[in-house]
Amino acid sequence: MTGLPILSLVTFVPLLGAALIVLVPKPAAARWIALGTTFVVFALSLVMWAVFNPANPGFQLVEKLDWLGGGISYHMGVDGISMLFVVLTAGLMPFCILASWKSIETRVAEYMIAFLVLETMMIGVFCALDLVLFYVLFEGGLIPMFLIIGIWGGKRRVYASFKFFLYTFVGSVLMLLAIMSMYWYSGTTDIVTLLNGVHFPAAMQTWLWLAFFASFAVKMPMWPVHTWLPDAHVEAPTAGSVILAGILLKMGGYGFLRFSLPMFPSATEMFAPLVFTLSIVAIIYTSLVALAQEDMKKLIAYSSVAHMGFVTMGIFTLTHQGVEGGIFQMLSHGVVSGALFLCVGVVYDRMHTREIAAYGGLVNRMPLYAAFFLIFTLANVGLPGTSGFIGEFLTMLGGYLHNSWLAIFSATGVILSAAYALFLYRRIIFGSLVKPSLQTIQDLTAREIALLAPLVVITILLGVYPTPVFNVTTPAVAKLIADNKTALALDRASHVAALQKRAGQ
Amino acid sequence: MTLQTDLLVLLPELILALGAMTLLLTGAVLGEKSAPLVNWGAILLLAASGAAMVLGPDHATAFHNAFIADGFSRFAKLLIVVAAALSILLADEFFARIALSRFELPVLMLIASLGMMLMVSSASFLSLYMGLELQSLALYVLAAFNRDHLRSTEAGLKYFVLGALSSGMMLYGISLIYGFTGSTEFAAIAVVTHGGAGLGVVFGIVFLIAGLAFKVSAVPFHMWTPDVYEGAPTPVTAFFATAAKVAALCLFLRAILVPFPDLIHQWRQIIIFISVLSMALGAIAAIGQSNIKRLMAYSSIGHMGYALLGLAAGTSLGVRGVLIYLAIYVFTNLGVFACIQAMKRSGKPVENISDLAGLARTDIKLAAVFALLFLSLAGLPPLAGFFAKFYIFLAAMQAGLVVPAVIGVLASAIGLVYYLKVVKVMFFDAPAPAFDPVSGIGSKAIMALSAIVALLFIVAASPVITAADAAAKALLP
Repeated sequence: MTGLPILSLVTFVPLLGAALIVLVPKPAAARWIALGTTFVVFALSLVMWAVFNPANPGFQLVEKLDWLGGGISYHMGVDGISMLFVVLTAGLMPFCILASWKSIETRVAEYMIAFLVLETMMIGVFCALDLVLFYVLFEGGLIPMFLIIGIWGGKRRVYASFKFFLYTFVGSVLMLLAIMSMYWYSGTTDIVTLLNGVHFPAAMQTWLWLAFFASFAVKMPMWPVHTWLPDAHVEAPTAGSVILAGILLKMGGYGFLRFSLPMFPSATEMFAPLVFTLSIVAIIYTSLVALAQEDMKKLIAYSSVAHMGFVTMGIFTLTHQGVEGGIFQMLSHGVVSGALFLCVGVVYDRMHTREIAAYGGLVNRMPLYAAFFLIFTLANVGLPGTSGFIGEFLTMLGGYLHNSWLAIFSATGVILSAAYALFLYRRIIFGSLVKPSLQTIQDLTAREIALLAPLVVITILLGVYPTPVFNVTTPAVAKLIADNKTALALDRASHVAALQKRAGQ
Repeated sequence: MTLQTDLLVLLPELILALGAMTLLLTGAVLGEKSAPLVNWGAILLLAASGAAMVLGPDHATAFHNAFIADGFSRFAKLLIVVAAALSILLADEFFARIALSRFELPVLMLIASLGMMLMVSSASFLSLYMGLELQSLALYVLAAFNRDHLRSTEAGLKYFVLGALSSGMMLYGISLIYGFTGSTEFAAIAVVTHGGAGLGVVFGIVFLIAGLAFKVSAVPFHMWTPDVYEGAPTPVTAFFATAAKVAALCLFLRAILVPFPDLIHQWRQIIIFISVLSMALGAIAAIGQSNIKRLMAYSSIGHMGYALLGLAAGTSLGVRGVLIYLAIYVFTNLGVFACIQAMKRSGKPVENISDLAGLARTDIKLAAVFALLFLSLAGLPPLAGFFAKFYIFLAAMQAGLVVPAVIGVLASAIGLVYYLKVVKVMFFDAPAPAFDPVSGIGSKAIMALSAIVALLFIVAASPVITAADAAAKALLP
């Protein structure tokens, strides 16, 4: 593709916005610049969607420039798997800026700069077609998120920010070494080259897979390395939680799809039972843990872990339904969990507590809020007609095709999710409004309605008409699965050949 | 080879040597008032010397192969003159403030730089030792320069005693190597040790490495570092942490890789050992520090561990990694020490990490630069420090040093704790009383320069990598 370097624009316009705020570090100016920038980026991402050709399963809008030399280049491009994540990221950012409009009052300019830098890193992760570039952007997001949690977070923000940083960093450094050994084996870090025609020996695949898994499992997060997430969520400001749940968690799933499945097919097959076990444990165990939470954000955080369990399960079934369901679930969860955190933010801004016990009977004074919250709660549960249903259903279908026990266990998770989500809703919204502190609480303001209404539309639209998403993802997923099967057959053939050679000697 | 052609090869060194003597005389004649003049004269001399290097020959030897000017030495020397010039710039402001401006300081720094340049250009153990001692003697005096200050004199004395010990060890190693190979010239030794060598040479290498490890402050010869870093005046510490480290490490590379390429299996184990220990100790011991200069000392111990991993690779890729590492390290450290020098309340320097509390509220620019440089030192992408570590680990993985590389990345994760701790103190904690506003164009310029390097290395990496590659190939074709 010649013409406008649209991916570079989507990725780096936020940095321009950040630079602009550095020049004009006034709170009001910073807010408006940030909002304007994120809207421009969102518009650019929609342009990208418009020019994207869904029928082509390969990478599109490709840009390639010399960067570090020696086979390491600045290579950008999107395919059906990554494109919608770019749109999701760009789409959630204006909500984050708007959600922080009133609730962030100190060091506003720094806050907006951190968010815009973070946006560049996140979008770049989904566009990068070079492993080193991917790694740089994948890790580059840690610094702004660390600052967002640490500066504008709650009481235990220091603990949470360090935990977040160290968990994800330790997980990722091993991936860096794996990237290096891939480089020395194949002579390149170009993802397109690696996807088409580089086959790693089976023994090497095992180590590479484990190193990448260490990184993505922490990011995802999978049980048992999920413990950083509840802490980070609870302490982060509302917009930080939205980004954490909405985008950062998706990088793990995206990594599995982009690297683990196609590049290490034998190891993926070998380790799939491990992933299924961890996913099922995540789905059931963290749902039970969510039931016992006293903090609203913590409850939603645990529910995120459970929902990500569906994603990993679906992806590793390597069925069309499972993989597409996983992608859809990630997109849907990005919107729904983001919306839920915004809902928590609404009451937190008023009462400055997230304790479930501090609320009750909000429907009496906040009917609009109750309605919005209900829709997102039901979408989180996976009620048919909402986007949550489609992803969960497809991943379970994929699980069933692979091994019916997977579907049986994961279905109990659906029941449990209904239990904790509705339990939360009942304790906050229903009942009579007895607490004196709540007597004067106000319903949603116009800004908050403007914030939540588009998300309702998206949630329901995707729930009843998911075709636009599947149009984009289906060809790419079909190619992913076909490539995986071919590579697996090749691996097996070389394995058999090696055995025969040994027998012949 | 006539004397004239030999001297022409040494032109950059001669400029410094003659210039330093001239400045010394100027200072002696004009007295104390001459300090600023001598400072700027020294900076000009360093610039002239750098220009002579750039314009000089690509490859030349002098004095019967005792001295070599090649791409490798040029890369190292350019870093040394830049580090020396910027340290003098810092010193100018520092000593003017405490009313201890003396013309001897820049002269000593020039002489030390001269020694360093001879070190990285030496192609024989004799010229190596000469350059090393010239450097060391100047550095001993520099460490104790703040002579009315107890900790500074203590630092100078400690450095002197331990430095003399290590020089002795190195000399012993050199004499063994000479005795068993019959030469002090690197190239001649390489011919003799081709295909293996006896225990005597290996014994000599062990002592040589011990002495060199002291100079780069690698574990277990690191004990002097925290005390000297803490005690020496801040600009002198900056000089120690940058120029001296570049010289010692480049000398290390040449004195191991050129004479003993076939003994790699003997020396590699030792290098890996001290490298892994340095990475680990640097990371763990730094966590408990409360003084920012001591913290930087442990940080430098760790950084030398990473750089030595490039030496352990024993390839030109490894050398390239070390050179990229040093280039980034020099600029980052100069910036950090400029920031440390800016830590002062009502004219008095403060050095505790807790003094930095809430700096982001009182002086966001200083805090931002400080944090940026610390995160770069921690090796976080997309900052320059990441690429420094990246090329080291890339070389180590290629050489099959997987286990040391794994230990290295885990150590960098541990090291992250203390770098983040400083960022946390500056950005998360409640503000302490504000520092004096940063004064001095020099400090500001150095901070800006190092921040730009840390931020923009990612887009301008390619020329640096190419230059380092060419320099490494000059050492190991």
